Amino acid sequence: MFDKTLAELASGLKSGEFSSVELTQAYLARIKAEDAKYNSFITVTEETALQQAREADKIIATGNAGAFTGLPIAHKDIFCTKGTRTSCASKMLDNFISPYNATVVDKFNQAGAISLGKTNMDEFAMGSSNESSFYGACRNPWDTDRVPGGSSGGSAAAVSAQLTPAATGTDTGGSIRQPAALCGITGLKPTYGRVSRFGMIAFASSLDQGGPMTKTAEDAAMMLNVMAGFDKNDSTSVERDVPDYTADLNKPLDGLRIGLPKEFIMDDMDSDIAAQTQAAIKEFEKLGATVKEVSLPNTALSIPAYYIIAPAEASSNLSRFDGVRYGHRCEEPVNLEDMYKRSRGEGFGPEVKRRIMVGTYALSEGFYDAYYNKAQQIRRLIRDDFTKALSEVDVIMGPTTPHPAFRIGEKSSDPVSMYMEDIFTISLNLAGLPGMSIPCGTVNGLPTGLQIIGDYFAEQKLLNVAHQFQMATDWHKQSPQGI
Amino acid sequence: MEWEAVIGLEIHAQLATKSKIFSGASTAFGAEPNTQACAVDLALPGTLPVFNEEALRMAVKFGLAVDAEIGKKSVFDRKNYFYPDLPKGYQTSQLFEPIVGIGHIDITLEDGTEKRIGVTRAHLEEDAGKSLHDEFPGMTGIDLNRAGTPLLEIVSEPDMRSAEEAVAYVRKIHSIVTSLGICDGNMAEGSFRCDCNVSVRPMGQEELGNRTETKNINSFRFIEKAIVGEIERQIDLIEDGGRVEQATRLYDADKNETRSMRSKEEANDYRYFPCPDLLPIVIDDEYIEAVRETLPELPDARKARFIEEYKLSDYDAMVLSADYNMAAYFETIAKASKDAKLSANWVMGELSKLLNQNDLDISSSPVNADQLGGLLSRIKDDTISGKIAKQVFEVMWIEGGTADEIIEAKGLKQVTDSGAIEKIVDEVITNNQPQVDQYVNAEPDKRGKMVGFFMGQVMKASQGKANPGQVQGMLKKKLDALTG
Repeated sequence: MFDKTLAELASGLKSGEFSSVELTQAYLARIKAEDAKYNSFITVTEETALQQAREADKIIATGNAGAFTGLPIAHKDIFCTKGTRTSCASKMLDNFISPYNATVVDKFNQAGAISLGKTNMDEFAMGSSNESSFYGACRNPWDTDRVPGGSSGGSAAAVSAQLTPAATGTDTGGSIRQPAALCGITGLKPTYGRVSRFGMIAFASSLDQGGPMTKTAEDAAMMLNVMAGFDKNDSTSVERDVPDYTADLNKPLDGLRIGLPKEFIMDDMDSDIAAQTQAAIKEFEKLGATVKEVSLPNTALSIPAYYIIAPAEASSNLSRFDGVRYGHRCEEPVNLEDMYKRSRGEGFGPEVKRRIMVGTYALSEGFYDAYYNKAQQIRRLIRDDFTKALSEVDVIMGPTTPHPAFRIGEKSSDPVSMYMEDIFTISLNLAGLPGMSIPCGTVNGLPTGLQIIGDYFAEQKLLNVAHQFQMATDWHKQSPQGI
Repeated sequence: MEWEAVIGLEIHAQLATKSKIFSGASTAFGAEPNTQACAVDLALPGTLPVFNEEALRMAVKFGLAVDAEIGKKSVFDRKNYFYPDLPKGYQTSQLFEPIVGIGHIDITLEDGTEKRIGVTRAHLEEDAGKSLHDEFPGMTGIDLNRAGTPLLEIVSEPDMRSAEEAVAYVRKIHSIVTSLGICDGNMAEGSFRCDCNVSVRPMGQEELGNRTETKNINSFRFIEKAIVGEIERQIDLIEDGGRVEQATRLYDADKNETRSMRSKEEANDYRYFPCPDLLPIVIDDEYIEAVRETLPELPDARKARFIEEYKLSDYDAMVLSADYNMAAYFETIAKASKDAKLSANWVMGELSKLLNQNDLDISSSPVNADQLGGLLSRIKDDTISGKIAKQVFEVMWIEGGTADEIIEAKGLKQVTDSGAIEKIVDEVITNNQPQVDQYVNAEPDKRGKMVGFFMGQVMKASQGKANPGQVQGMLKKKLDALTG
């Protein structure tokens, strides 16, 4: 049962093969038994999950079940869930019980989904390895000595280890796509503004976007059907109709124009990954696609631009964690300044502090034009690169990451080499474009991902392309050894 | 040496929206602490701002009223600093692209001279909460009810040269925002407050001196005192060989002095950058023209109308039209009493006197316009004299009630019954024989003045209630009869 997709589980629930309570109990038991190996959950919400499952079964019994009624998922611990600890994997919020639900959480609740719990992540979503979590590193089910990627590492590992059929994630510079690639699952970062950010604890507001992490493209479409839409509580969400993302899944790919950016082949990338990308492209050609080279000349600038803009926004977004109203407050502060310094000094981990300091510096008087304004100019160049390329092709493809999962601790002392792992994913966030990662092979027993990039609001197209690939291949069906 | 002061002002006007600038919480004043602060105001993790368009309309109204350029595109920026009553750790404001650009207003000084003062800009921002230092020994309480209340910060050019000009400017801005209905103007509650930038330089020098900023002054009187004091302090300092340090100062109303709050060295680097949670505000000419259509009468137009419609003197019209609430008050009683001059005298006289004595704003006057209008109507229809009216007004101020109720209860109705008046007049003539003799023996052209004595006696005997006109006529007739 644990290898079933959301779509398969939905038909099982509908046919009465099992109830939502049985399904939920099975997953809860599995999490209890297996998660010590992976540390993919920060909080398991057994009681509320079973309560939701009982409600779902009642609805199913009346015959009024929706597409998502009774299906279990997990939420990245960055989404506020009412009455439950929402920690963002930080000591700062270890004691924070959210009094409200994120819009995404509300939407899943209204759709009848079951929330099994809150998944591990890099602290405040800052990281590409899930090693910066206050609750300890999460481990890659394919090799528990390796990282699952990050920041949505817990969600990726939990789906990969079949502790949940699907999970929500968020992506600021690759935080859905990179862990999806490293854990051999499907991840979709929607267009900026497609999914509400309300109640999703902000890392970098102009880059953050929530999205689904699933076994298949079909499941991702089902999830996005629930998540997407305008939210009056998020001014940056876009007022635009939400299509049925499952509707176009089976469209044939005849005549699909694929662009291969020459900048996505790097000298120091894993040669097997380059080869697998080529193999995947061949598969698409068999499905009727045509391929041409395109250019994204400013790709190399995306990392420096990102590491100005994201920390700058983060340094401001994280100012609210001051020990005054909620969250960690130091013991016995002697005065206000002492309270600020120690509460924040104790509450934040090293990577968060590093980014706050970088961002504060970049926004400082005298440096603002040289850093922040320059980075914004680069951002426009990157967007223009994509717009030009996407005027010639329907989708752009390339590897999601330059390497498969690295060992825990391997890059801890070298933050810049860790930052470089996001080279292929970051530029999309700067441009605001949608992107997917789907499994396309393994290297030394570790999964690798193919990234599919589309135009603004072209999620339907991406899901269609990914689904057709998954109909023709089995990469997405591979599981870690022993699972 | 002769010195010249240079003054620029920043006024914070709380906009009279029902809900906050970025959340749905109420902006009403005076609620229990933290009862009007929602998740967004508390800056709970994950919350996001949503701009209240009512604040935009109000800001545009102001811009049009001061003849300013309206920003077709304006952007919210974050001003980052840590303070316990600033929940997000940044204030959402507008630095780079404000909603209102360069404009101006004309002020009139007491001697009648007019002067044009530039308005540099006006921008939208959110207010902070309040720190409560006294209620909790050894701790500080935080009340976030005010956090997120919309403010329009109105920045002037450094065009003012005296405290008098500064106060005239502040009064004019106050008058404009209250006339527009975009701010209740209540200075005691902090709805309208002022930061004063003051520097001095030798007369004729072009270069500006170092300036100080005195923060959050919340009455016209204090603004005047603070500026006068700060100018003196700076001149004394320089003449004693010192120099003015660029600093932020606080005005202490009890001691009537400013004192240093923080120096420039300690000043924050606010790390302004555009707020990524809010889209730029983009408006077009159509929007601006639609707002222009809704502009009410502005103070200058009102002054002209008062001169025309009520035949007021230039001075009376200026005083009465300046404050929106006072103007409305005046018009209500003028219409009720049908005597504009009488109404003007009462508002600028008795009413203003008691308001000043009690440090009250006309909007919180214990006697409302309907009450005073009723009172003046009783003067007009001879129910009471002007003198009795003052008594009634004092009772009204303390105990409330309508003029008719008080006149009735206190038995103050004017005596117009000529029989009753004649009786008192006869008594007074009988009881004051020496004065009657003087009157009779006086030259006829001196007698007129002497009637005053008898008038006083009659009014005293009637407890002021006798109709003075009738008394005068009757006394003259009777006394003249005695002269043969």
